[in-house]
Amino acid sequence: MYDGGKIIVGLIIGLGLLLSPFFYNAGKAAKAPERELTPKAKEAKACVAPLSYMRESHFTLLDEWRQTVVRDGERYYKASDGKTFYKSLQVTCLECHSNYSKFCLQCHNYVDVAPYCWDCHILPEEKK
Amino acid sequence: MNFFLSIIFSSFAVLVVVLIPWIGVGALDLRALFGVVIPYAAMATFFVGIVVRVIDWGRSPVPFRIPTTAGQEWSFPWIKRNPIDNPKGLGGVIVRMLFEVLTFRSLFRNTRLEYRRVDGVPKVDYEWEKWLWLAAILFHYSFLVIFLRHFRFFMEPVPGFVTLLQNLDGFMQMGAAPFNGFGLPGVYLTDMLLMAALTWLLLRRVLYSQIRYISLPADYFPLFLILALGFSGMLMRYLFRVDVTKVKELAIGLFKFSPTVPDGIGVIFYIHLFILCVLIAYFPFSKLMHLAGIFLSPTRNLANNSRFVRHVNPWNYPVPTHTYEEYEDEFREHMIEAGLPVEKGADATAESEEKE
Repeated sequence: MYDGGKIIVGLIIGLGLLLSPFFYNAGKAAKAPERELTPKAKEAKACVAPLSYMRESHFTLLDEWRQTVVRDGERYYKASDGKTFYKSLQVTCLECHSNYSKFCLQCHNYVDVAPYCWDCHILPEEKK
Repeated sequence: MNFFLSIIFSSFAVLVVVLIPWIGVGALDLRALFGVVIPYAAMATFFVGIVVRVIDWGRSPVPFRIPTTAGQEWSFPWIKRNPIDNPKGLGGVIVRMLFEVLTFRSLFRNTRLEYRRVDGVPKVDYEWEKWLWLAAILFHYSFLVIFLRHFRFFMEPVPGFVTLLQNLDGFMQMGAAPFNGFGLPGVYLTDMLLMAALTWLLLRRVLYSQIRYISLPADYFPLFLILALGFSGMLMRYLFRVDVTKVKELAIGLFKFSPTVPDGIGVIFYIHLFILCVLIAYFPFSKLMHLAGIFLSPTRNLANNSRFVRHVNPWNYPVPTHTYEEYEDEFREHMIEAGLPVEKGADATAESEEKE
């Protein structure tokens, strides 16, 4: 090889950067967090929308609630199963899901999202 | 291949790439194949392919310096030299390479030939054309930021620079726009810049006749593939969402060599992943290898020192020579006999024979 030393050093640096997730994660116990339900949430069995929708798009629902409440003054949400809910993060959502750190935070931390809910809302105090 | 056929051929190929995981996961439920086996195979192809290509390039001799420079060479002290565009040593070369890799300097010098008629008289202009450079640099940096942002799925715990990039990239908080549900979670600038830049890079191949003429399926296919990759990613983020916790579980599993295939990840994720797998598996065989190739550009990474450093062509074969000294040593006695002038006397022969 011509200039083999330089080329191989460059190759190792480049591949090392590209392979960094392998090195970074090696030997770490990185388990996906399991969300925990409060007894009250368990009792209710169903949320305002189906589980898969809530897992994937709960922020859309929250955004929709915010828009319709703040801008249009519509305070009630009719769920697909016919039940009516009062649209409120603090009154409705956090009523069941009062365990913020186990229900919201650990998954948000896991995938590194920082929603700006608590820029305006008061972070709930957790009841043990 | 004419350009219609090229475009149809490459878009059809990308369509097939989209359909394979759609059918494979959507209809046949081959999640382990598309979530684990194919990604590993694609990664192996990518890394082995790059090493093989680069080693192969490294074995090609570059016997001469190729001074395609844009500046004055180092010569007399009273001639102003350009130490970056025409470097004479390692330092200048490093600066030139940094400019080349980080700012695409050669592309910035791009000109475009334009033929037009002024009052019926044909005229050729060289237009100082910056759109290609602009689209290229937007595309490459957006792609880099998007790639690094994805590290939030690749690393646990998520490193700080990823969070910083996300915050900078999403600082416009376009999720707060007055369209319910659209643009949530926060829209990233790089997503839109990438798509806009790619669209231009594609359009210029269609609109400019000269570029259309030289464009091949190998040019259109990567463009379509990356467009599909970006489009599927944006669809997944803004429209058909998937459970990102499970996506990260799958990704981390791959990187820890303990693959898991969580249930309930939408098909759109497997389409996105498969397009990526095709892209990286195709990478070592394609023009995309300029990722490594740019570092080995002989016109950029060699100092222009031909005037004061001797470069010997490595494939020069040994030429048998017979110098005059050797000739005289061989025939001295005969030459003296014949009365021919010699440089050394008769005793020189005896001396050299004694040494031997």
